[in-house]
Amino acid sequence: MTRTGIEYLRAKDQDSAVALVAEDPDAAFLAGGTTELDLALKDRVVHPSRFVDIGRLPLRGVTRDGDRLRVAALTTMEELAADPTVRARLPLVREALLLGASTQLRNMATIGGNLLQRTRCRYFRDPDVAACNKREPGSGCAAIEGVARMHAILGAGPSCIALHASDLCVPLVALDAVVELLDADGPRRVPLTDFYLTPGDRPDVETVLRHGELLTHVEIPLLPAGTRSAYIKVRDRTSYEFGLTTAGAAVQVDDGTITMARVGLGGVGTVPWRSWEAERVLVGSPANERTFAAAAQAAIRDPFTVPGTEFKVELAKRTIVRILRTVTS
Amino acid sequence: MSSTTAARSTEVTVELRVNGRTYPARLDSTTTLLDALRDELHLTGTKKGCDQGACGACTVLRDGKRIVSCLTLAAQCDGSEITTIEGLADDGVPHPVQEAFVRHDALQCGYCTAGQVMSAVALLREGRAHTDDEIREFMSGNLCRCAAYPNIVAAIREVADS
Repeated sequence: MTRTGIEYLRAKDQDSAVALVAEDPDAAFLAGGTTELDLALKDRVVHPSRFVDIGRLPLRGVTRDGDRLRVAALTTMEELAADPTVRARLPLVREALLLGASTQLRNMATIGGNLLQRTRCRYFRDPDVAACNKREPGSGCAAIEGVARMHAILGAGPSCIALHASDLCVPLVALDAVVELLDADGPRRVPLTDFYLTPGDRPDVETVLRHGELLTHVEIPLLPAGTRSAYIKVRDRTSYEFGLTTAGAAVQVDDGTITMARVGLGGVGTVPWRSWEAERVLVGSPANERTFAAAAQAAIRDPFTVPGTEFKVELAKRTIVRILRTVTS
Repeated sequence: MSSTTAARSTEVTVELRVNGRTYPARLDSTTTLLDALRDELHLTGTKKGCDQGACGACTVLRDGKRIVSCLTLAAQCDGSEITTIEGLADDGVPHPVQEAFVRHDALQCGYCTAGQVMSAVALLREGRAHTDDEIREFMSGNLCRCAAYPNIVAAIREVADS
């Protein structure tokens, strides 16, 4: 039996969960476990003193409130994908969910945990690698000089090129989802596009979440009727593999002209990437190849690449063109 | 710092309900369900492959749903109904999926087989075995280093069609 010296507590309610984590700077919430246990027990790159298990709190299920869907944070990926409203009104969310991980993991992994997943950067996840500004601020970045096929080109810089690998977050940032957070000061709401922080010179600070703050819900605005949406994922294997480049888009076309456009990109960003630049090109333009190419060009302007990630510039543009063809055809 | 710091316990008392039996256990808090099954309950049918959620060899059912037991703490499963490969047979008669795996020679070394079978049983319950492509997609969390995939798909297809 491996002894790790980690305390395990089961939270009785949300407030006590928050208090049990807040009182100990090294305590961590434990929900589905697929990220946290991997990092703490297997990779051993995070070192919690205490797990506060929130898995049995009544924070599970999907409710509809007018034109918004409110998803409790402990809803699993499989449960959200199976939700009838998600099926009918948010096909890009369902597709992103089912293209991620495996059924086993989707039965365990929660929506809150998906949003808070840590990067898959192999250097971050290897405690024998000394240079990782995300783990040890100021220590350098081994990925910049290393094998960087699965790394970011947008929002990246010399301090960190670690990718945010979530599929789900790509449609969520495109749809203007909002997260609800709770701590001792009460609840607050943060748009998902403001929730994540690009690395800058502090790659260790990934979100605006405070220690002890609990992500309780995600609110997803439904798409207006008549909107076409889809998610595509380009990867090295057909299934059960992280994306090299992915894209989620929702558009409305009126008489050949794009009147509404949402574009999210995955596999390219240090944070789930909302492409306002692509959207600005699309809205008001004719739904044709020339527009799609211009949108792709605008979306991938000023990438930060290393030798291993240069291929993503062209691949991401082609992925954007393909998703735009798909949702306008 | 909190007053609980001094008296922190890193052990847990759990009641594991596996294949219809109840096993009380006192474990290190970070014992995975996989290690508890194998090392404490001596149910060694569930296999440890990657031990990191990537291969599916340790797949079991928790409250009827397939999960990987390597990324689950035993403590998180306190009171849940766990089904392992040892619990599939009905009074000595193998489960139809087990029979089909034998009939189709759906294995070579056999190390991944318990996980494949548990995953397939869940897949059939989920209603996701209409086509070979669908079976391949929703079995993709179970790797087979011997690449017995064609025969695994055929075995599952046969049970789905029967």
